[in-house]
Amino acid sequence: MSPIIQGIITVIIGVGGCIGYFYLSNLILDRVIFPPRNDDNGRNINRATMVRPWLFLFPAIFALGLYLVYPVVGSFWRSLFNRSGNEFIGMGNYATMFGEEGFRQALFNNFLWVLVVPAACTFMGLLVAQLTDRLRWGNIAKSLIFMPMAISFVGASLIWKFVYANDPEIGIINAVRDSFGMAPIDVMQIPFWNNFFLMIILIWIQTGFAMVILSAALRGIPEETIEAAIIDGANPFQIFFKIKVPQIVGTIVVVWTTITILVLKVFDIVYAMTGGNFDTEILPSYMMDYMFRDDGRATAVAFVIMVIVLPVMIFNIRQARKEMH
Amino acid sequence: MTSLKLTDVGKTYGNAVEVLKHIDLEIETGELVVFVGPSGCGKSTLLRMIAGLEKISSGTLEIDGQVVNNVPPAQRGIAMVFQSYALYPHMTVRDNMTFALKLAKKSKAEIDEAVNKAARILQLEPYLDRLPKALSGGQRQRVAIGRSIVRDPKVYLFDEPLSNLDAALRVATRIEIAQLKESMPESTMIYVTHDQVEAMTLASRIVVLANKGIAQVGTPLELYERPENEFVAQFIGSPAMNLFPGEIVETGARTVIRLDGGGTAVSAVPTQAADKGLKVNIGIRPEDFVETEGEAAYTGTVAITEALGEVTLLYFETDADQPVIAKLPGIHADVRGRQVSLAAAPEKVQVFHNGISLYYR
Repeated sequence: MSPIIQGIITVIIGVGGCIGYFYLSNLILDRVIFPPRNDDNGRNINRATMVRPWLFLFPAIFALGLYLVYPVVGSFWRSLFNRSGNEFIGMGNYATMFGEEGFRQALFNNFLWVLVVPAACTFMGLLVAQLTDRLRWGNIAKSLIFMPMAISFVGASLIWKFVYANDPEIGIINAVRDSFGMAPIDVMQIPFWNNFFLMIILIWIQTGFAMVILSAALRGIPEETIEAAIIDGANPFQIFFKIKVPQIVGTIVVVWTTITILVLKVFDIVYAMTGGNFDTEILPSYMMDYMFRDDGRATAVAFVIMVIVLPVMIFNIRQARKEMH
Repeated sequence: MTSLKLTDVGKTYGNAVEVLKHIDLEIETGELVVFVGPSGCGKSTLLRMIAGLEKISSGTLEIDGQVVNNVPPAQRGIAMVFQSYALYPHMTVRDNMTFALKLAKKSKAEIDEAVNKAARILQLEPYLDRLPKALSGGQRQRVAIGRSIVRDPKVYLFDEPLSNLDAALRVATRIEIAQLKESMPESTMIYVTHDQVEAMTLASRIVVLANKGIAQVGTPLELYERPENEFVAQFIGSPAMNLFPGEIVETGARTVIRLDGGGTAVSAVPTQAADKGLKVNIGIRPEDFVETEGEAAYTGTVAITEALGEVTLLYFETDADQPVIAKLPGIHADVRGRQVSLAAAPEKVQVFHNGISLYYR
């Protein structure tokens, strides 16, 4: 069978299945389980109304349960077993992991990433949003800054490989050094600081995201409050820090935590740039090192990452919900 | 003493869009001047120019004898109350009121005194530590006014301050503003509104803006009794003044006008012999009409009536674009479909030629 026909059949089965599910399940609910007949008329209509949302929610809940909850539980279970998965070792994987220099390095680096990247993205995003507001060419500037968002992390890493390249003919850093007569260096091999050169890549990608959200938030500030502040005698800095920023602080927090969550998941940049060498390992790339080689260890790392992300995530969702009101 | 003086002030956006031109106005210290006009007449723009939120394109603005065209808003000695209150949502009532004073680096004792005084006047003392979102609309508006009071400005600017309040609160707050003005006789206030009742009740003088300029300046009753032109005549008062075209047939201390509709009207506006035969419009307010058996200015068939109890509005059948409306005191049942003849006292009859009142010639 040709793949096109296969595709069409899949779509028909998928969409038709959905329609069929909703139609039939509602039909059964209304006709068989709670038929609005005789004495039970009003009561059955109410009952059916109470059940109906769950009919619609069921597929989503089921899919989420299957693809989210089960893997979490499964991963945790797997992390309690040894490398080949045939021997239960309890917390053994966690114990060895925390005792290992590489893991602690990754944890420390990850801590640096979480500290620097969200702060830098949010700050730069806010700065750009404020500075480009009401400029005629502001939208062009914003589009340019937003563009890296469309590039995959690996793609971005490749671009920055050129920026950081050793050859002064290619890399801009070494071109600058060269013009001052300095010997080329590989910034990826300067211990500790190389982490920051990696972070720059993610900041470059994510600033656009922060900028777009914060720009919208700035636009949402009532103009009159700013005019009132002008009449009250506030200078532009005071207007920005005392009137504008406090009014969008909720959005700033959401942007900050959203980027924090992203930072905790990024592995592509480190993987593509250094492969975790030169002390640049972070937790997700550390996990990748063990994946398929030692699934017990890899799932243990995954679980540690999840435990770190979870509170940020919960806080983020709460804050975002509060913003919506 | 002149508090604020506008000389040939104009506003253009870009180079093409002219919003205001040739505005000349002097406001005395202690006056409450109300700007009214149809929407889009530039009344808010004029206020914002005085505030310094809009650049003055031409002409000069003086506050207390000093030209302030290029003085930043905060140094003009003005304070503004916005329609939307414009409170800082993240600051408590106290912080909202002290923001300007803190920026001006006033001493803590001075700030406290100003805030407590304003809070006492506006009965905001129990709410000083609340956030604006925990206040009602009327309370928010009082905070906005308090924010102005603490700065002790030379000129208060109000931009439709009551528009966001519901009807009952609007009346209450209007009276509060009137009382506030009473308690601060030295302060000058400029008040923009589209609500005639606010204008008539609050103003010591009203400025009617229309067609990019000032149509008339005067006390509320001057505008009501002696409008300078047809625009003001029809803008002030509700329902609007009736206009009837006609021709002057007798001149002198009293002018007799024969109306195109067949009626005759006598006006107390004096005319000269040369005016005989002049094409004019006469204006009679709906409430000045009385039913008559004798010589009528207007006779028509009543199409619709609106009985309000204290008065009855009669809408007449007419071919003209403008409706003819009479407002007769008391209840008039069964006039619908009947012919009614109306006349008005000579003092109540305005005469306009080319839209301008002959009274002001």
